[in-house]
Amino acid sequence: MTSTSPVQPAENHVAPQADHGDPARSLISRIAEGRAWLFLAGLIVCFEIWSRLAFGATFVLNPFNLQSIAIFAVAPLLLATGQTFVIISGGIDLSLGFIMGLAAVVAAHATNMAGAAIPLPLAMLAGILASVIVAGVPGVINGLLISRLKVPPFIGTLGMFGVARGAAFLLAGGTTVPVQNSWFALLGNGKFYGVPYLVIITAVFVIIMHYLLSQTRFGQHNYAIGANVQAARRSGIDIRGHILRLYVLSAMCAGLGGALYAARFTAGAAQAGEPLLLDSVAAVVIGGASLFGGSGTIFGTVAGALVIAVIQYGLVFVNVEPFWQFIAVGVVIIISVLIDQAQRRFSGARQDE
Amino acid sequence: MNNTNQNGPLLEVRNLSKHFGAVRALNDFSMAVRPGEVVALAGDNGAGKTTLIKAISGVFQPTGGEILLRGQPVTFATPQEAREKGIETIYQDLALADNLSIGANIFLGREPMRKAFGFLPVLDRKAMAAAAKETMSRLDFHVSRLEAPVSNFSGGQRQAVAIGRAVYWDAQILIMDEPTAALGVPEQRKVISLIHQLKAQGRGVIFISHNLQDIFAVSDRIVVLRRGVQAGERKISETNHDEVVKLMVGG
Ligand SMILES: Nc1ncnc2c1ncn2[C@@H]1O[C@H](COP(=O)(O)OP(=O)(O)OP(=O)(O)O)[C@@H](O)[C@H]1O
Ligand SMILES: [Mg+2]
Repeated sequence: MTSTSPVQPAENHVAPQADHGDPARSLISRIAEGRAWLFLAGLIVCFEIWSRLAFGATFVLNPFNLQSIAIFAVAPLLLATGQTFVIISGGIDLSLGFIMGLAAVVAAHATNMAGAAIPLPLAMLAGILASVIVAGVPGVINGLLISRLKVPPFIGTLGMFGVARGAAFLLAGGTTVPVQNSWFALLGNGKFYGVPYLVIITAVFVIIMHYLLSQTRFGQHNYAIGANVQAARRSGIDIRGHILRLYVLSAMCAGLGGALYAARFTAGAAQAGEPLLLDSVAAVVIGGASLFGGSGTIFGTVAGALVIAVIQYGLVFVNVEPFWQFIAVGVVIIISVLIDQAQRRFSGARQDE
Repeated sequence: MNNTNQNGPLLEVRNLSKHFGAVRALNDFSMAVRPGEVVALAGDNGAGKTTLIKAISGVFQPTGGEILLRGQPVTFATPQEAREKGIETIYQDLALADNLSIGANIFLGREPMRKAFGFLPVLDRKAMAAAAKETMSRLDFHVSRLEAPVSNFSGGQRQAVAIGRAVYWDAQILIMDEPTAALGVPEQRKVISLIHQLKAQGRGVIFISHNLQDIFAVSDRIVVLRRGVQAGERKISETNHDEVVKLMVGG
């Protein structure tokens, strides 16, 4: 010991509480985190009142409406689960819409071709598998562009948007590809005790994705990368490998979306996912994720996707001109971002200067 | 563990260089740290201190020279490899994920898992929170909201989290880049007393600081860097502030 000044041992300090725990504030921030669900509830109440006043009929207690809304939400939700992972990591995937279209066309072709050789149920499975695997290819390219060649996600996936679009139309021969497979049609339109198979499959898939995001290292690293790539890298996380897997995952979500689209319409179409890309981003943002990365949840995105589906279906149900849907969804996106800003101010989190 | 070299240095760098294009941030630099020794690294802004520790800890690949751990030459392709060999680094620009809890930051990159329902692997958040609580109270930081993201804490508190991570992982060599720079006086003292604890436990510490008072309070030796080269090395008991400043500015 060469040190001259005696330094007090740490035990002698009586340190104040290191954080500023305040139960009331935590409650506010918890409510704000579930805001997409509150929003959804409010929206349903509005449509219920509107529907009763205008037609004297119930909106939400009508099982047909519920089924339709759920079916409406399936495809955007599948895209949005993958998009949630990507946005939390600080990226964005603009190619999902046409990857879904490509997958729908592949699913149709593959199911038909396999159906000529093997039993129909197996052909259906082969078609789904083929579409998800083919969807992974643009995902791999996205991932390599972004992780190895440092192409910004916005640009890389925008390029892939064009490539996947062209490939899908070429593969479809410029038209839609009908599916000849009764099992596939049943998968897309059948029900189990009133619940469409598509909804069941999507629900199971969403729960798996929730598990992946909230309970595994992959999910944890995804949050860390979105907040501070440098910290994540220094902690020994394999950033390149993670980013690659991330974009493959999101492309495969779109692949499943494409396969289910082909099942529902018994046809594959290159433009299947075209209008859904922006809905997927909107669902993630309404669900509480920040486009700057680092925050968001799968269940938030589920609420976000349901908000969009309720607005779209509800406005049709109460006979409003369809163009109002765009305006309504746009307004909701802006409001949810404003709420997010306000929440940061109230919840005691670090604020921007 | 290799015990052939018990009284020798824990960590030694020989003729280490790191060039960024034409910039010779570090040139032919040598130093050593023995067990239970605190070595201060001093030098003006841009002298190459941060570059040196990044080259040691696997962030940068050195342009030349070698690193020896307990006498054995080693190379670290990634910071992870250095950590696995017991070298923990606390960086000047804090390396925390602000959106995660203290526990999640301590375990970032090597999260503990448990089996839910007997088969499903899930993150063991309880273990992370418990380790966070224990580690932070060892550093005399008492935290009630273990689930809160570290963005809710002050700079000093976050520094303590970074130090806590190294302590938790039982690093044999700790490298700290200006650990007291962002702290208030009481928190600075805590870090200094913590370094004393680490020393008493027989760990080696490399400690970068611009604060000569801190350096003289805690170090055994001081190594001065000037424009990427070693400008001098002194035992703390045999030098004084003036001499160190002269070494830093040259002349
Ligand atoms: N990643 C990098 N790429 C290029 N040049 C770099 C890089 N990092 C550091 N340098 C250069 O290397 C030199 C040494 O920088 P370094 O950060 O090691 O200094 P320092 O001693 O830590 O200074 P300070 O006391 O200000 O932290 C500087 O000229 C700096 O510009
Ligand atoms: Mg520095």
